[in-house]
Amino acid sequence: MVEDLVVAYGARPAVDHLSFTVAAASITAILGPNGAGKTTTVETCEGFRRPTAGGVRVLGHDPHRDSAWLRPRVGVMLQSGGAWSGVRAIEMLRHIAALHAEPLDVDALVERLGLGSCGRTPYRRLSGGQQQRLALAMAVVGRPELVFLDEPTAGLDPQGRQSAWQLVRDLRDAGVTVVLTTHYMEEAERLADTVHVIDAGRLVASGSPAQLTARGAENTVRFWASPGLDVRSLAGALPTGSQVEEPTSGSYVVSGHVNPQLLAALTAWCAAHDVLTEGLAVERRTLEDVFLDLTGRELRS
Amino acid sequence: MSLILTPAPGAAPLPAMVAAQAGMEARLLLRNGEQLLLAVVIPLLVLVGGQQAGDLLDLGPGRRIDILTPGVMSLAVLSTSFTSVAISTGFERRYGLLKRLGASPLSRPALLAGKVGAVLMVEVLQLGLISVVAAALGWQPHGGVRPVLFVVALVITGTLAFVALGLLMAGTLRAETTLAAANLGYLLLLGGGGVVVPLHRYPDGLQPLMELLPSGALAEGTRDAFGGAALGPGPLVVLVVWALVAGALTVRTFRWE
Repeated sequence: MVEDLVVAYGARPAVDHLSFTVAAASITAILGPNGAGKTTTVETCEGFRRPTAGGVRVLGHDPHRDSAWLRPRVGVMLQSGGAWSGVRAIEMLRHIAALHAEPLDVDALVERLGLGSCGRTPYRRLSGGQQQRLALAMAVVGRPELVFLDEPTAGLDPQGRQSAWQLVRDLRDAGVTVVLTTHYMEEAERLADTVHVIDAGRLVASGSPAQLTARGAENTVRFWASPGLDVRSLAGALPTGSQVEEPTSGSYVVSGHVNPQLLAALTAWCAAHDVLTEGLAVERRTLEDVFLDLTGRELRS
Repeated sequence: MSLILTPAPGAAPLPAMVAAQAGMEARLLLRNGEQLLLAVVIPLLVLVGGQQAGDLLDLGPGRRIDILTPGVMSLAVLSTSFTSVAISTGFERRYGLLKRLGASPLSRPALLAGKVGAVLMVEVLQLGLISVVAAALGWQPHGGVRPVLFVVALVITGTLAFVALGLLMAGTLRAETTLAAANLGYLLLLGGGGVVVPLHRYPDGLQPLMELLPSGALAEGTRDAFGGAALGPGPLVVLVVWALVAGALTVRTFRWE
């Protein structure tokens, strides 16, 4: 869908030879820090920007040339704004619905996203979260087959985020293709079927959250106990391939294929050696770690 | 309530989209205090004030109210179709509304038609109100179907020209610049076009130029029609040319964001 895309503002490319495809009826997250080129990529797909080089096909069409064909089929959530300053939330949603042939039931959507509380308040006085939920509602009200959501849960409270996530999952289950940008790890990990990690306009990794977090270093178990335990003896008691280190005094890291058998062997060895651990934690690699490994930078910097 | 999310994409029929857009914009315009001031309060003040001004405002020979009313009607058309459209569209771009609509099934021509529709709806209210107040002040227009039809044609072509000019401004300038430029343009078109004070009160050398301004063509044409003068195609031609030129430039230069 996105092929060798380059979008430059002036001399500096915001998107630098980016390529990926999106499967139908799936959730794809474009994950990266602010300024990575997420919005530029999505806005090129929406037809708001023209590629400097390379190309984009959306549902098999050119977003610029075939805009009239695509616009009814593609739902768009802008990162901010998108309403008259004096309009009421439900009035605005009804207006967008009126531009579509078979829109969603507006009342049901309003209830689903908790927009009923906006009442007669003009758009400019709505809270950031309310504006965000309205933007999401406007993206889906036309019953699109593909939606682009730019930072869909930025500024939402935990409850609002949960209901937005559930709506996105339900959309996918109903056959809608969802492409979203986010700089929230958790959002990409818990919501997406496929994650494309981008940094400085380049694709640095792609895959399912499970594939991305499994790649590279294995998962680890960390425990704390008295210093100076015999780590070679412990490693010998664990399944083959396991390694044990004591990076700082009294803090141990077991790496390898972490499963219940490994944990049982670990605690059995402790029991045999009369070792009481002060703490024991199974640590999964997160997309945060993956991003750090790939770029050497924190995601939210 | 259950929400059926299965895709069923499609645009509403074009007339339905244009009607929705026009109705929405007209509602918002009437809800906005500043716009309402410009659209209704100022023209009515000019009408009543001009009638009471006596020697302070020399309108030339003839009954004062008969000279004043067509000018005030043109003023009302100018403020809604040019100034209001320019300012509101400038801020629509600033707040991402145009971008939002640009991602909806509404096409550019349909958006334009919606804006013209909204302006015409508001103008019907404005001109109705001005007619009632003017009649109460003793206005006696030359009756008959022909002058009225002529004025309707003038108002429609004038509206097209002014909306195109307003969008040309809003589509290329920043919102704040548009706000300033639209008010300046309003005053220039108002003064330069002899909207309230008839053209023949201006210096002879300026008159042909002023007749070529859209505001001048609209105001003189309306005054001629209600004053019982012979109706020539001149003002209509001027307005159509302005509408075509400004419309073509707008389509070329308009930026959604």
